[in-house]
Amino acid sequence: MVPELGHFALIIALGLSAVLFVLPLWGAYTANTTLMYSGRSLATGQFIMVSIALACLGYAFLHDDFSVSYIAGHSNSLMPVYYKISAIWGGHEGSLLLWMFMLSGWTFAIAMLSRSLPLDMQARVLAVMGFVATGFALFILLTSNPFDRILPMAPLEGSDLNPLLQDPGLIFHPPLLYMGYVGFSTVFAFAIAALLTGKLDTAWARWSRPWATTAWAFLTLGLALGSWWAYYELGWGGWWFWDPVENAAFMPWLVGTALIHSLAVTEKRGLFKSWTILLAIFAFSLSLLGTFLVRSGVLNSIHAFANDPDRGLFVLGFLGVVVGGSLLLFALRAPVVKSRPGFNLFSREALLLANNILLMISMLTVLFGTLFPLIADAMKLGKYSVGAPYFNLTFTPFITMVCLLMGIAPFSRWKRSSGDSIRRNIKAPIIISLSAAALVPLLLGKYTTIAVAVSFVGVWVLSTTWTDLLVKSSHKAGFSKGLKQHSLSYWGMIIAHTGIAFTVLGVGYTTQYSDEQKVRMSIGQPVVVAEREFTLESLDKVRGPNYIADEARVVMRKNGRVIREFKPQKRRYLASGQIMTEVAIAPGFLRDIYIAVGEAENISPNTRPMRIHYNAFVRWIWLGALLMAVGGMLAVIDKRYRKRVRTADEKSPANATAISGAQ
Amino acid sequence: MGRLKLFLPLLIVLILLPLFYVGLSIDPTAMPSALVGNPVPEYSLPLVANEQHSASHKDLTGQVSLLNVWATWCFACKAEHPYLNSLSEEGINIVGVNYKDDRKAAQKWLRELHDPYLYSLYDQDGKLGLELGVTGAPETYLVDKQGIVRYRHIGVVNERVWQDTLEPLYSQYNQVGQ
Repeated sequence: MVPELGHFALIIALGLSAVLFVLPLWGAYTANTTLMYSGRSLATGQFIMVSIALACLGYAFLHDDFSVSYIAGHSNSLMPVYYKISAIWGGHEGSLLLWMFMLSGWTFAIAMLSRSLPLDMQARVLAVMGFVATGFALFILLTSNPFDRILPMAPLEGSDLNPLLQDPGLIFHPPLLYMGYVGFSTVFAFAIAALLTGKLDTAWARWSRPWATTAWAFLTLGLALGSWWAYYELGWGGWWFWDPVENAAFMPWLVGTALIHSLAVTEKRGLFKSWTILLAIFAFSLSLLGTFLVRSGVLNSIHAFANDPDRGLFVLGFLGVVVGGSLLLFALRAPVVKSRPGFNLFSREALLLANNILLMISMLTVLFGTLFPLIADAMKLGKYSVGAPYFNLTFTPFITMVCLLMGIAPFSRWKRSSGDSIRRNIKAPIIISLSAAALVPLLLGKYTTIAVAVSFVGVWVLSTTWTDLLVKSSHKAGFSKGLKQHSLSYWGMIIAHTGIAFTVLGVGYTTQYSDEQKVRMSIGQPVVVAEREFTLESLDKVRGPNYIADEARVVMRKNGRVIREFKPQKRRYLASGQIMTEVAIAPGFLRDIYIAVGEAENISPNTRPMRIHYNAFVRWIWLGALLMAVGGMLAVIDKRYRKRVRTADEKSPANATAISGAQ
Repeated sequence: MGRLKLFLPLLIVLILLPLFYVGLSIDPTAMPSALVGNPVPEYSLPLVANEQHSASHKDLTGQVSLLNVWATWCFACKAEHPYLNSLSEEGINIVGVNYKDDRKAAQKWLRELHDPYLYSLYDQDGKLGLELGVTGAPETYLVDKQGIVRYRHIGVVNERVWQDTLEPLYSQYNQVGQ
């Protein structure tokens, strides 16, 4: 009964989305206020209906209703409650419902938080959101209904959630990632609404900025969590594989990064309007492209869902309509700027544009590598696979340039800045970065070109960012006074850029200073890896709720002293018989020790092959991402967005002053 | 001219979409093999069941058979195994290539999971696998009565793969020369 209720709620949500697409838009064209106002209530109704659908699916999961085909395929009565909940998005159908839930949530948020927008603008934005929601609701109901029943032969037991997904990381990774993916639909809707009206003013950019930045921050967290999950759950010791689906999530991030900076220029200077609109369209289009690649099975990937050509066809059709339609609209309506207002080579506009272009080029290299196997196959050029060497080779130079420019841009000013003042400010950072490049590899014990380059680039970003803070904090009444004058969005930039520095250093150092040893360990016989002594103490059988495992107990000693005990496992999940490597990790700020048990061999019951990794600085990668997300959120909660809202409502004229000039 | 430039993104997308459409109908796991149309590489290998006995490429001639590459260390092989059992019950000839494996583990596997193979070759150092161009287990080759490789499938053989691709080829080559 409950699944039918969910199904029914979803059908109503589809109806509401379709009406949300039509009515407010019609109202905007005929200047009918009532119709335009209908957007808010429709958005609310849609959100409520999708929430009911999601809750119904959750209820059915909790009650082990295996007559629902999706639940029979993704759950099991032995599974702990929290995995039964996260199993809602553990497969294709349910994760689409989560996607739909996020989309209706963002739509609802726009309806609630954008009351200060001109009514026709708000109506158009909500209508675009309604269009996207209609497409996804249709997709779920026509090709991927999570509420389908297996009747009358309902199974008594579910076939279990893929063990890889029975992990805390999976509880949070998809929701965060989808928040980011779907979040770009808001900026997309703003862009389309602006193209429809032709009102591409700075106000448009100001409304879009918090939405773009929020989506970007969520996507950053989602990517970081995915990478972290792959690191400890896949048991390969790697944190990024340039897998097509990882790329599919990374490309919107690159474009989103360009977008949030380009929006700043459009808001502050009224420039690059067409470029910003294009980025907004791209960011969301790439999210949709990611959906297509993952759900259609056109590419080989560890993430690929069950392949189904019908689903692929539907998403492709939808992709064609959304991307083709919006780019056509863009080509017809985007403003063509004939004479640009002056800005010189060192102006902030020029530097931001340069970085924007570099980010787009990096995105295109990733896009090319991701799509090449598919395109070559479609054009009958042969079978290819594009691996990490291609991506590392093509991506790294551009992103290095991005980092180098990133250090200079904060010192620059809008319109024109003199080369002199920039030169003055970068003197100290150059010295610091050069010394770091010379000394840090020495301290870390190995001198390589990459280590030197990475030290320079990472420390360059770090030192320029903090020099900028020092310079901008100089104040008559002292430094602490100066610190207080900064806006939250300025702090957001400082923290996010610091995050970039951490990630760059982490990525670079972990490739240079990590060690991996494959060893055959026998009980009582120590092996030495990275100056540490590891001894296998025992091999035991342990039982979990829905698996049995071989557990190895390994003790790590340094200079004869016991530092830590590890308990890596090889698990066999009972329902599926699938075997999983559960690694044991000793995390640390500067290094991780990571142990994975290998397959049992028939040599001796007291011997087991193991992999022991020494992963240097690997935590910095995710710490950096966390800082970026925090920085983004700080910029979002900056009062100036809300202050403008209130002055627009003329509720508190006193706030009209003190709009911070930073950023 | 300025306006025309704005059509460029649309143009690129319009070129990509048909390619995606074609891509939908292509199975990314389908792999052509240089071997297709050529004889199975020559070999003479001991059997998993008994190291005193051996079999060679000549034993493949005279009947259509599936050459299935498997190993105990391969998870997917375990998933594939029950379906191979049911195929062998239908009378399909399956020859196993036990790839880079441990003999005892392989024997235990066949004892516990049932043995669908006419016999399994013991390719301990992976030499036959190398000559076949195995990319990873499981992999299955369709070999005709003359010992010529006719098709190669990478990944698990399941009901869909069998019904859609392998079975038609199997019966087609079975009829040749009868």
